[in-house]
Amino acid sequence: MSLSSRHLLQLEGTPKKDLDLILDTAESFREILDRPIKKVPPLRGKTVVNIFYEPSTRTKLSFELAEKRLSADTMTFTTAMSSVRKGESLKDTVRNIEAMKIDMVVVRHSSAGVPYYLTQCLEANIINAGDGTHEHPTQGLLDIFTIRQKYGKIKGLRVLLVGDLKHSRVARSNIWGLKTLGASVAICGPSTLLPYEAEKFGIDVYTDIDEAMEGVDVVNILRIQLERQKAGLFPSQREYTNLFGITTERLKRLNKNYTIMHPGPMNRGVEISNDVADSPASVILSQVTNGQAVRMAVLYLLSGAEEQGNKV
Amino acid sequence: MNKNNAHEIMDDHKMARAITRIAHEILERNGGAESLVIVGILTRGAHLAARLAETIKGIEGVDIPVGLMDINLYRDDVHFNPDQPEVRKTEIMFDIDEKNLILVDDVLYTGRTIRAALSQIIDLGRPWTVQLAVLVDRGHRQLPIRADYVGKNIPTSFEDNVRVYFTESDESDQVVLYPATDKKSKNGEIK
Repeated sequence: MSLSSRHLLQLEGTPKKDLDLILDTAESFREILDRPIKKVPPLRGKTVVNIFYEPSTRTKLSFELAEKRLSADTMTFTTAMSSVRKGESLKDTVRNIEAMKIDMVVVRHSSAGVPYYLTQCLEANIINAGDGTHEHPTQGLLDIFTIRQKYGKIKGLRVLLVGDLKHSRVARSNIWGLKTLGASVAICGPSTLLPYEAEKFGIDVYTDIDEAMEGVDVVNILRIQLERQKAGLFPSQREYTNLFGITTERLKRLNKNYTIMHPGPMNRGVEISNDVADSPASVILSQVTNGQAVRMAVLYLLSGAEEQGNKV
Repeated sequence: MNKNNAHEIMDDHKMARAITRIAHEILERNGGAESLVIVGILTRGAHLAARLAETIKGIEGVDIPVGLMDINLYRDDVHFNPDQPEVRKTEIMFDIDEKNLILVDDVLYTGRTIRAALSQIIDLGRPWTVQLAVLVDRGHRQLPIRADYVGKNIPTSFEDNVRVYFTESDESDQVVLYPATDKKSKNGEIK
């Protein structure tokens, strides 16, 4: 059993059988998180480095814990405390780290394509933990895993992503993965925050939230990146909340047994109201738990694929 | 595997009698079913575990907790294999602390699977005893491990293949020995 690539860079173009294998393996790892001793030995002797050029709470802690629970040795490197501040380049930094004999690299960077670039200069397995506005594949996988856990399937479900679709790497990973697995995907947001020619992805595009919510099973609410407000992409936070904020009132249009998701960090009272965030349909905290199982599955499956040449 | 040279070692009747005998031995040695839990190693150890629990229920009228265990994360050959083994679900929905845990597998061979299972059990809790029940012991141990309950001892050569079939996943209940020469002729290219 192995994946068709030795790196995880994006869900775009990742074949269905790889997605299924990761999700099935994550299902097995999920059980380990309920054990008294939440640790298994398959990555004993492997060294994993987490390189974070951007701030992160959930993803960084989740990767670190996933690595530890697989018995890997792990180091985390954040730019604030490093020689990056002395002007060392990305390539020099990672090659120096690799010279310390490491096996896998988890990387987050503000520029799209950095994980791919690393596959060209390192021997290690590379896992993308978010690159610019490109993709955040493990977040996409854990969202899909959480949906599959509730409904037992992905195929045939209607999933709506709401918010800043243009800058959201989480949205992109979700869209590619969900489409490969046969879900019907819709997006909704102010037109300034929608990607150009989004229809060409084969998804439905809405600017009216009430229309978009009709017949939907899963609503994945993306964070409104308040720092974008300065760029003038939407007039005011209050207007955004009025037009696109998800409130209990708006949920009435959804299918029965609907699900509310949010990748975090939440702006309560902006894109999601308090009562929606804390409602029984909200699986936001399961997403976080499942994130560990999914990351364990990815680390486990990739760690076997080292001796097979430089297949990207 | 070439079925022509294969020998049937046990048919369904022999298997049923062996399972009944093991069930009685387990009860005798543990003074009843009270403290027992059964854990079967996937895939066919799990079938045997379910059969043993059913047989014990027939004798004592007690439902014994039965769990399933996948040992692949604890294998000692992970680093020798370019492909990661498939990880299936371990389902042990009960407390194993202070219990007499009957670990069940279909065939006992090198002992490495059992070693992996023991490591995993210790991560899950602290049973009072762990006792090993197997349908077939074919020898060739590479580790100091022995079974407490054995359906049948079968002398084999190291290269032979012994397969246990259960109607739960196969056509019939049967234990079959495939001699080494067979396995090689099957692939053709190996002399």
